[in-house]
Amino acid sequence: MNCENIIGSDTKRKVTHVNKGFWYKVKKYKILLLMLAPTVLNYLIFHYLPMFGVLLAFKTYDFKLGILDSPWVGFDNFKFFFVSGQAFRVTRNTLLYNATFITIDTITQIFTAIILSELGNKYFKKIMQTMMFMPYFISWVVVGAFIYNIFNFDYGLFNSVLKYFGLEPINAYSTPWIWKYILVFFKNWKGIGYGSVVYLAAITGIDSEMYEAAEIDGANIWKRIRHITIPCLIPTVIVLTLLALGGIFRGDFAMFYQIVGENGLLYNATDVIDTFAFRSLMRTNEFGMASAVGLYQSVLCFSLVMIVNYVVRRVDKDSALF
Amino acid sequence: MKKRLISDKMLFNIIGYSIITIIAIVCILPFIIVISGSITSETYIINHGYSFVPKEISFYAYKLILKSPESILNAYGVTILVTVIGTSVGLFLCSMAAYALQRKDFEWRNAFSYFIYFTTLFSGGLVPWYILMIRIGMKNNILGLIIPHLFGVFYILIIRNFMRGIPEAITESAKIDGANDFAIFIKLIIPLSKAALATIGLFMALSMWNEWYNAMLFISKQKLYPLQYYLYNMLNSAEAIRSLTSQIGNVSDTVLPSESTKLAMTVIATGPIILLYPFVQRYFVKGITIGSVKG
Repeated sequence: MNCENIIGSDTKRKVTHVNKGFWYKVKKYKILLLMLAPTVLNYLIFHYLPMFGVLLAFKTYDFKLGILDSPWVGFDNFKFFFVSGQAFRVTRNTLLYNATFITIDTITQIFTAIILSELGNKYFKKIMQTMMFMPYFISWVVVGAFIYNIFNFDYGLFNSVLKYFGLEPINAYSTPWIWKYILVFFKNWKGIGYGSVVYLAAITGIDSEMYEAAEIDGANIWKRIRHITIPCLIPTVIVLTLLALGGIFRGDFAMFYQIVGENGLLYNATDVIDTFAFRSLMRTNEFGMASAVGLYQSVLCFSLVMIVNYVVRRVDKDSALF
Repeated sequence: MKKRLISDKMLFNIIGYSIITIIAIVCILPFIIVISGSITSETYIINHGYSFVPKEISFYAYKLILKSPESILNAYGVTILVTVIGTSVGLFLCSMAAYALQRKDFEWRNAFSYFIYFTTLFSGGLVPWYILMIRIGMKNNILGLIIPHLFGVFYILIIRNFMRGIPEAITESAKIDGANDFAIFIKLIIPLSKAALATIGLFMALSMWNEWYNAMLFISKQKLYPLQYYLYNMLNSAEAIRSLTSQIGNVSDTVLPSESTKLAMTVIATGPIILLYPFVQRYFVKGITIGSVKG
């Protein structure tokens, strides 16, 4: 009864007094909007504006004419990218490398985290963790120097060791097949400090009561790991892996470019979408095709993230991106 | 019964401690190799290659570099400038945005959040962004090294989530006292967010310190080279090394110390961060831990 009265008087007020307009809100949020302004400006200019540049994928860029006036070539840039076999090659490499990185990195990081979680000596753990973090803080430029140091033909440690055992030295920089092992190893090497902490955090979140109950029941440490730690980690692993899968079409440009460089002999085995697009832009000035490659990659990434997010939402709703 | 449990744990410990030790050693091994190589004489390297332990010690490579350190000191200067300015400005701008986004009374916060977040889902690619940067004058411009690092979607979102944990009562009472949003942000929220800001700040600083990609794209003047790009140049261009040694004018040695010089340069470029990181490591660990718990 009371409600009807209140509603009645409210509607009367709304009809006679317009005060919820857009500009009113802008005034109300003026300061908050100003605080957001630099950020919004940045994303508008450097992220949304370039999105319109995907038009370039369908044009031949003439920098004298600019993006808008350059002539249209339809799907020619894409045709070239696919027919030449480049598309298949770089996509295959990107996918295979990323899949391998995700798998091997996850396994070694979990493995390391589980061991670390069960060891007792605090000082040992602290020192070892610090040592494991060393690779994380350096840039891939330095890693590239390390790898050159180890694998170069004349002076490299790798060949010195081979010669010591009476084996033939290898010229790694003209041997394509060896690089998948080198790349996977060093990706793992660089990320193990960081990654093991992620899983260590997940392990610390496991209810210790379960461990105590298991110990009372006589379970030894191997059984405890197999039946408590690992099953409890599985949701985290699934979510992290699925999220990583969302980026499976993006190659780690910094790593590939610094380690492989512009060594054409190795492209077949190591060229990924990002390095290919980079060279198309910076070295051969094929603006149109480089744009086509970029659009190709963006569309693939977007679709995959959508799919992955749908799956993640069904596994663990809170972990979904949106 | 108890005896069996102890020996199980002992076996685990033996295996566990050994494996972790091996992993840790493998992690630092390349560093040791490079340091050892940098203090090995060039002739030894040419004849025998690198080794784990320096067999013929010579600091010639370091002496060479330090005799005319202008270019590397300049690179350090650029990197320090970019990192300090970039981190402080970037942190300020990101946390300002984060504050606005976490205000529950801000009707449009979700719209803006999606606006920012969408940029991680789809991008225009390298080419349009590159053309844009050149067009607005980023070529050989130090801003080209700073601006790309100022903002990060995940940085903003993480700071926002942290700020959500600050009790609304604080903001409410400040509003009653008549403070405007910006003043609340500066005087109350920032001091309370120090932990999150320190962590995010460190992540930002690290990525700016190791910056070389934007330099490669936009910088051609050596004066503006950041440290890692300077190093990259030294390592990959024989001319760069020759010009370095010719700066000193001392070509009396029949052997140009290029290999050990490269390694010494690497050590000099990487040294500071290797010496500093153990002190800030726990902030990274905390950041990773909290971030991953959040999912």
